[in-house]
Amino acid sequence: MKNYETVIGLEVHLQLNTKTKIFCGCANTFGQNANTLTCPICLGLPGTLPVFNKEVLKNGIRVGLALNCKINSFVKFDRKNYYYPDLPKAYQISQYDFPIAKDGYLPVQIDGQLKNIGITRAHMEEDAGKLIHDSEIKASLVDYNRTGTPLVEIVSEPDIRSPQEAYDYLTSLKLLMQYLDVSDCDMEKGSLRCDANISLRKEGAKEFGTKAEVKNLNSFKAVKSALEFEVGRQKKLLDSGERVVQETRLWDEAKQITLSMRSKEEAHDYRYFPEPDLVPFTVDQKVIDAARKALPEFPLAKSGRFIKEYGLSEYDADVLIQDKNLSQFFEDCIVNYNEPKKICNWISGALKQELNAKKINFPEAKLSVDHFISLIQKVDDGTVSNLAGKDVLKIMLDTHKDPNAIISNKGLAQVSDEGALENIIAEVVSENPQIVEQIKLGKESAIGFLVGQSMRKTQGKANPKIINQMLKRRILDV
Amino acid sequence: MKLNELTAHEALAAFKAKTTTPKALLETVKNAINRTEKKVNAFAHLDEIPYNSKEDAKAPIPIAIKDNICIKDYPTTCASHILKNFKPLYDATVISKLRESGANFLGHSNMDEFAFGSSTETSHFGPTKNPWNLDCVPGGSSGGSAAAVAANETIWALGSDTGGSIRQPASFCGVVGLKPTYGLVSRYGLIAFASSLDQIGPFTKDVEDCALLLNLIAGHDEYDSTSAKIEIPDYTKSLINDAKGLKIAIPKEYFIEGISPDVKASVDEAIALLKKKGATFTEISMPHTEYAVATYYILATAEASSNLARFDGIQYGLRSLPKEQRKTSLIDLYEETRNQGFGQEAKRRIMLGTYSLSAGYYDAYYLRAQKVRTLIKKDFDDAFKQFDAIITPTSPTTAFKIGEKTSNPLSMYLSDIYTISANLAGIPAVSIPCGFSKDNLPIGLQIMTKPFDEQMLFRTAYSYEQNTDWHKKRVNL
Repeated sequence: MKNYETVIGLEVHLQLNTKTKIFCGCANTFGQNANTLTCPICLGLPGTLPVFNKEVLKNGIRVGLALNCKINSFVKFDRKNYYYPDLPKAYQISQYDFPIAKDGYLPVQIDGQLKNIGITRAHMEEDAGKLIHDSEIKASLVDYNRTGTPLVEIVSEPDIRSPQEAYDYLTSLKLLMQYLDVSDCDMEKGSLRCDANISLRKEGAKEFGTKAEVKNLNSFKAVKSALEFEVGRQKKLLDSGERVVQETRLWDEAKQITLSMRSKEEAHDYRYFPEPDLVPFTVDQKVIDAARKALPEFPLAKSGRFIKEYGLSEYDADVLIQDKNLSQFFEDCIVNYNEPKKICNWISGALKQELNAKKINFPEAKLSVDHFISLIQKVDDGTVSNLAGKDVLKIMLDTHKDPNAIISNKGLAQVSDEGALENIIAEVVSENPQIVEQIKLGKESAIGFLVGQSMRKTQGKANPKIINQMLKRRILDV
Repeated sequence: MKLNELTAHEALAAFKAKTTTPKALLETVKNAINRTEKKVNAFAHLDEIPYNSKEDAKAPIPIAIKDNICIKDYPTTCASHILKNFKPLYDATVISKLRESGANFLGHSNMDEFAFGSSTETSHFGPTKNPWNLDCVPGGSSGGSAAAVAANETIWALGSDTGGSIRQPASFCGVVGLKPTYGLVSRYGLIAFASSLDQIGPFTKDVEDCALLLNLIAGHDEYDSTSAKIEIPDYTKSLINDAKGLKIAIPKEYFIEGISPDVKASVDEAIALLKKKGATFTEISMPHTEYAVATYYILATAEASSNLARFDGIQYGLRSLPKEQRKTSLIDLYEETRNQGFGQEAKRRIMLGTYSLSAGYYDAYYLRAQKVRTLIKKDFDDAFKQFDAIITPTSPTTAFKIGEKTSNPLSMYLSDIYTISANLAGIPAVSIPCGFSKDNLPIGLQIMTKPFDEQMLFRTAYSYEQNTDWHKKRVNL
């Protein structure tokens, strides 16, 4: 058995979140009725001409800068010619020899170590439409809503060495793009799409092996699984003395295998040539410098700052920065209540749990800093229990009400008044004589069960510390 | 004189004097079409477009529109089977502008399929005839527009010029045809042949009308990124009959073997006339002229191969499936549609262009041609540093017989040998009538100036025209 090194390069297509499409005035929105977001230009009707949306350029430059690329100030478009029903002009307006950005890198945390994955290029282009295969009427339908959606294609160097690294690269890239606010990076909606090139070579070899291109990857997990499958497939071929064929393969999610899609005979010659309908132009260096200055703080820098400034653990900081909005919320909270560790725990714990349960993003929760802090303070000062606090948070997310109002309305305040608890304690003790006996015989830990029983009877409103003290006093007379 | 034989400026004067009305003019023109269209076949589609009743219209003039310029809701087919019944969802920018000025569209004039040709013989609707001799071609590709003006079936016409498609038919039909500077007139709504060369331009009976019509269609358009952001002057202000001091160049490469003696004699006479009126002439050399045709056919076909790819039977126009039951794949649909939809010349040019853009050939053909294009442009830049205008024949010959060159594409391509360079250089060029051959066919004089100097073009053309009567000749059909 020989040892092989895995070599992976990724191509990521990112739909930009500009208001309008790249070459016409149509709205750039997802999820509308088919063919309602179209005009003669994005339908590619005869005689129409593209006009470049400069907002796309702004975002293209930002993506390039965030990936530590050189920016090509000479902006030029080319035509990539191929036939497909979802491509109404039968050519895609793209960038060929002058991509907006090139020669950059993305630092990625891999096994606790930072590794720079090279970025070959990032270029601007238009998206195609979408084919819908209708089995009922036995026909294929075209939805041109997506036609002309602005894309940035980010091509990595073949610097990725394992399926896990590919996964980590994608996670870092997605997070960075979310921080830039250029795309919602949602693979389900297709606003982030990924194709992978993978080959194996003998360890220590300098030449690359023959690669396969894997498409139809609908999640980061699918990327990883498909690449793992390819490593196995290619290894088997090489071990048995066969050759890997250069081809495009499709990931079959159901069967968890890749399948050959097209052979070499059908390989495309895209006949790129300069797009004559768009005049090349030069971006002023000042515009690029201004864009650089306006870049937000990136995830890695923010994580480092959280550790240093707020004394968070590396783990805590890392969890917080995974969501740009949550990390911003965290800092907003601290301004008003300087308890970083507590706030971090509430955000990373209860809040994230609730968001996941409701399947919403943080902005959709419309949670105010004041309400959130006020809740944490009520728990801290013992007004409500930790458990009840979580319930209050849940109601807050549903109703957007002040936590104080919720606590008093629902009667969730902790009962610390011993007089009010006296009867309950008596009940619990008389209902559990065996447990009481055990405790008397020295098994003090059994008292936890009785605390739980008491809490239940108060519907969680009792202060567990007080209950514990009262039980001990009654049973052990201490 | 019959109303339909008037120029637009004469008609506008008559409207003002109330001796006739725009409606009467339109009526006369439509009657003329009814009388002579069977002989000429100048139109691809005669449309019953409602009368443009715009009040205080600047120019309520009947006009024919080349079949590659989109008129909303009316068939616009590039004289091709593949765009059968295609009705655009929008007006070309020039059409919106003309609507604003009160123009009345008569319909779409005939052309070579997708503007591929110099004779209007490749039209799906059959060839257009030259009104001066019905056995001859009107030139092309805007042959329908030129013939309609010459046959008095319209007052004005619009054409498009990619390598001479306005000027050569203007020359063959004895009318005025202008290819404006690239970027002066919006291409939005012009169904593209070669995007970096195409320009829409006027066909008229004289130079004054040409200036009037250019006034109406020129100007920046936010829908065309290649349209120039410049102030548009009133071109009628340049109609100055004064050749004194004009410095004019005659490139020797344009007076070569193959030029017909009649054409040469007429152009020489034109030069002599302008000399008499005070212009000075200098023979110059434009060394890259001989590469123009080859350069053009590489670049134009490359762009065309891409521009015409969208006619695939999916969204609009012709859709054709093979009769064999087993052939039902997407590729079969594409192949059959394009095989049925395109004529011979369109197929030839798509093949040529596809070839020169293909991997392994791009550098040798397309890229090299782009470099030669730069050199050709430089020839003109150099000339216009010293001279106000360049004068040449528009075409080496007068109109040829129908069918004479259809079997020999190369000889057809050479019909544009004098007009192609202006497209490659992006400069304005006009063809104006300058005589008739012994067999009574019109001859055209080509005048070229530097980019966006249409004013000098009009002054030079007007100074010649106003001292001749060629533009006043009318065909009797």
